Amino acid sequence: MADDARTAPANDAAGTPVLQVDGVRRMFTRPHGDPLVVLESVNLSLRRGEIVGLLGRSGSGKSTLLRIVAGLIQPSDGHVVYRNQRLDGPADGIAMVFQSFALFPWLTVLENVEAGLEAQGVAPHEMRERALAAIDIIGLDGFANAYPRELSGGMRQRVGFARALVMDPTVLLMDEPFSALDVLTAETLRTDFLDLWTENALPIQSVLLVTHNIEEAVFMCDRILLFSSNPGRVIAEIEVPFKHPRNRLDPRFRYLVDDIYARMTARSPVDQPAAVPTIGERLTEVSTNLLAGLIESLAAPQHGGRADMPEIARTLALEVDELFPIAETLQLLGYAHITHGDLILTPLGHDFAHADTQDRKDSFARQLISRIPLAAHIKNVLDERPNHRAPAVRFLSELEDYLSDSAAEETLSAVTRWGRYAELFSYDDDAETFSLEQDAE
Amino acid sequence: MADSRDDQGVPSVLLSELSNAPHVEKTVFAHPYLALDGKSRSNLPNRWDAIAFLLLAGTLAAIALGARQFSEPLTALQHIGISLAPAALPEYALRTTLRMLAAMAVSLVFSLGYAYLAARSRRAERVLVPLLDILQSVPILGFLSFTVTFFLGLFPGKVIGAELAAIFVIFTSQAWNMTFSVYQSLRMVPADLAEACRSMRFSAWQRFRRLELPFAMPGLIWNMMMSMSGGWFFVVAAEAITVGNQEVMLPGIGSYVATAIQQQNLGAIGWAILAMLIVILLYDQLLFRPLIAWGDRFRMDDQPGPTQPESWMLRMLQRSRWISATEDISRDLRQRWFPPHPVATGARQRRSLPAWTPRALDGVWYSAIGIVAVYGGWVAVRYVGTALGWNEVLHVLLLGGATAVRVVVLVALASLVWVPIGVAIGLRPRVAAIAQPIAQFLAAFPANLLFPVAVVLIVHFHLSPDVWLSPLMILGTQWYILFNVVAGASVFPHDLRDAAANLHLRGWLWWKRAILPGILPYYVTGAMTAAGGCWNASIVAEFVDWGNTHLQAYGLGGYIQEATIAGDYPRIVLGVIVMSLFVVGFNRAVWRPLYRKAERQTGAGVDLG
Repeated sequence: MADDARTAPANDAAGTPVLQVDGVRRMFTRPHGDPLVVLESVNLSLRRGEIVGLLGRSGSGKSTLLRIVAGLIQPSDGHVVYRNQRLDGPADGIAMVFQSFALFPWLTVLENVEAGLEAQGVAPHEMRERALAAIDIIGLDGFANAYPRELSGGMRQRVGFARALVMDPTVLLMDEPFSALDVLTAETLRTDFLDLWTENALPIQSVLLVTHNIEEAVFMCDRILLFSSNPGRVIAEIEVPFKHPRNRLDPRFRYLVDDIYARMTARSPVDQPAAVPTIGERLTEVSTNLLAGLIESLAAPQHGGRADMPEIARTLALEVDELFPIAETLQLLGYAHITHGDLILTPLGHDFAHADTQDRKDSFARQLISRIPLAAHIKNVLDERPNHRAPAVRFLSELEDYLSDSAAEETLSAVTRWGRYAELFSYDDDAETFSLEQDAE
Repeated sequence: MADSRDDQGVPSVLLSELSNAPHVEKTVFAHPYLALDGKSRSNLPNRWDAIAFLLLAGTLAAIALGARQFSEPLTALQHIGISLAPAALPEYALRTTLRMLAAMAVSLVFSLGYAYLAARSRRAERVLVPLLDILQSVPILGFLSFTVTFFLGLFPGKVIGAELAAIFVIFTSQAWNMTFSVYQSLRMVPADLAEACRSMRFSAWQRFRRLELPFAMPGLIWNMMMSMSGGWFFVVAAEAITVGNQEVMLPGIGSYVATAIQQQNLGAIGWAILAMLIVILLYDQLLFRPLIAWGDRFRMDDQPGPTQPESWMLRMLQRSRWISATEDISRDLRQRWFPPHPVATGARQRRSLPAWTPRALDGVWYSAIGIVAVYGGWVAVRYVGTALGWNEVLHVLLLGGATAVRVVVLVALASLVWVPIGVAIGLRPRVAAIAQPIAQFLAAFPANLLFPVAVVLIVHFHLSPDVWLSPLMILGTQWYILFNVVAGASVFPHDLRDAAANLHLRGWLWWKRAILPGILPYYVTGAMTAAGGCWNASIVAEFVDWGNTHLQAYGLGGYIQEATIAGDYPRIVLGVIVMSLFVVGFNRAVWRPLYRKAERQTGAGVDLG
């Protein structure tokens, strides 16, 4: 493997791909209604010597794609080709690192690393040798006999890496491997991994990295596939032309990050058909405190009603995955809109920022009724019923005609939370019932 | 950890003190039946409950029908004399203990197998889980007569038959909650670990050994301990059984007590109680403390616990060279006998069956079960109906009502007494550290050993058996309320205590707003266990003998016991079915809804068992 393959990955496109994804789709069939598509048709070839990032928000199908490549999920259509064979279940040579580390808490570091070899029937002495070598290369010497709970998060993820590397994989799959770590630890692990990667110290030929962190993707990957949500679909493929080690403060680096922000928040005409939003629109549960907090930050003098998304994410110490849902909910409710990676407060948003509690609630209630069909629907039903009560199941089953079970639950829960804040209706958690009466207790 | 602050809120415990601070058992597990999650949690009976119930009723009736053929060889069993000399007690105690161990081994195998099947196959799950629900509600001593006849029939004239019957009875007292616990764990296996197993291509056995079994371990160990502590009661009852005119005596503490009762020898009863105390203590120290300390490594949470369970026995074993040598040898042997073999790689064959196959299989499977259930129900109804008639059914329902009143009143009274005491103890860590093992120990002590004493008192003071036999029912099981409440109070968050004090919550308001909601999940677990124990105990508590003196209370337990001694199978079947209905009814109508409410209020329940 030539050294320059690592530093100039784009030039190596000629060779046969390490792994090929052809027209992979994934959908769920539901008892009633149309099948639910979670991942639209994706094509991807992993080339030798490159790190490919799958970047997107939660629910964009990027993790689904990773699990299809891992052989953990079967695609509904299309297939994955690896070593000239169609993938059918977890394959030899493809290893995975998990977001939650997924270590067995009752096994020591050494036993955890050996577990995969044991499954392959490797002889005990060879198993021990290989495990110790992997532990050594990943910087875990001296911890072989420790239990995972004795280690810090960073050390635990190192075990996760050692467990994957010990299998001598040619393809390494990483499912948000640094997102459960604090900022400093994550950075150390990223650079340590990149050092091993650029030094060719690993047998790995290519890496597939799932992330929702834009900077991480630009920092590590040679190519980024940008995913949009509902249904998950690739909206852009971005080559990252920088050499390792990369400098986050380099203006070109920053420009690329801003550009991706803009693309991720762009409302392409295909993505958002101009149709009237329906009851079945998927909502993300965002607390009203966060909504009010972001409005206030935007209205503050230093922003003056308009802010660059990456910048406001940094100043508020929010991850992309945390900021986007808040910003989008504000847009949905008409308090702000998003253009080219900027978040701009509307006049309504300005009014909200300067209103007192009751006025805020009134404004919120008006916006809910006019812009969230589900909230209006619940309110209508409660108004029409003589006793002004309705069980939650009723709305949940309506939502399930449009959404998956968990999405339906989250959507209803979001509207419940907002409706309670706006005093549109109240909700009794014990009886799981909506009602119009104000909370008695 | 112990309360680390004094009244002024200043840290008052030095580091050196921490290491020898008293240890309170805080990891108390909810009854796995209560903690059970998901679709099987609906409190309303559904058709699967009905099917499970019919299956059980049919089985009982079928055994009773079959028992007629078995009744002959019972007489051939030789009568074993029981010596009342205290010197004979160690041997009896050992035999009793071995029965317990044998039953525990069977329970372990059963619970793992049953739960694995239920968790793995949706078809099996639909039947097995409701069946388990019903089985745990069946009064164990109620079907003593069936088991004894059945096993004696298998081994006519041999002691082994009676031994197996006793072991089976203990097994039925131990297995259900263990099974629930394993089933619950298997369904809750963390998704990321399961994915890791699949991506590393573990075989089913590896997955079981590396993931499922360890994950189920803490709950399983806890429930083994609970089962064991409940089991002593039944081993005592199962060693001396009278069915029809046959009397079966197996050498053990239970038959020692039975003989002492016949001979009205109060001194011998005292010796038996002492022997039991020692046995339970040894069991705890030699088996369960080490097990708990060992099981600590299977905890899922990330942090090293502030107080790790300690066991001198385990430390001794771990430090012993002899043990580590044994481990090495066993590893070598394992590798020689079961050499690791590579898993076949590459594409697995996907079966190409028509799309309607699963539905068709469902249809066949469920209708087969439905037919068996309906047939079983028919057999049971015909069996009971021809022999007894509907008046008898009504009579038995009334008896059940009487026992139900007793159970409710007793649990309420015990709660009134033990909840305040438990809270007072639980909020004082040092006291709790001493009191909790005692409460646990008292829960394990078989209260039926004390029944003779009560009978002597009742006879002496001419008391009404309908009232004064009742306390015997809860004598042994009230301690479950105490130690669960102690555990609940000792984990009551410190900031909430501070907040309550800051708000000047006092008196009843403090109980209502602060502590009672805080301990509710723990209390429900304790109270349900206590109530379940009461129903079981009613069979021996509503019908007691002392020499030739015989006391009986109006109730379903006494009815079942009377029928058992008379060998009246239709009445036993009827009594057992009615009692199971009552217990299931209480679990569904009271305990489970209460636990769910508690769970929702406190955010999370007790550790899932």
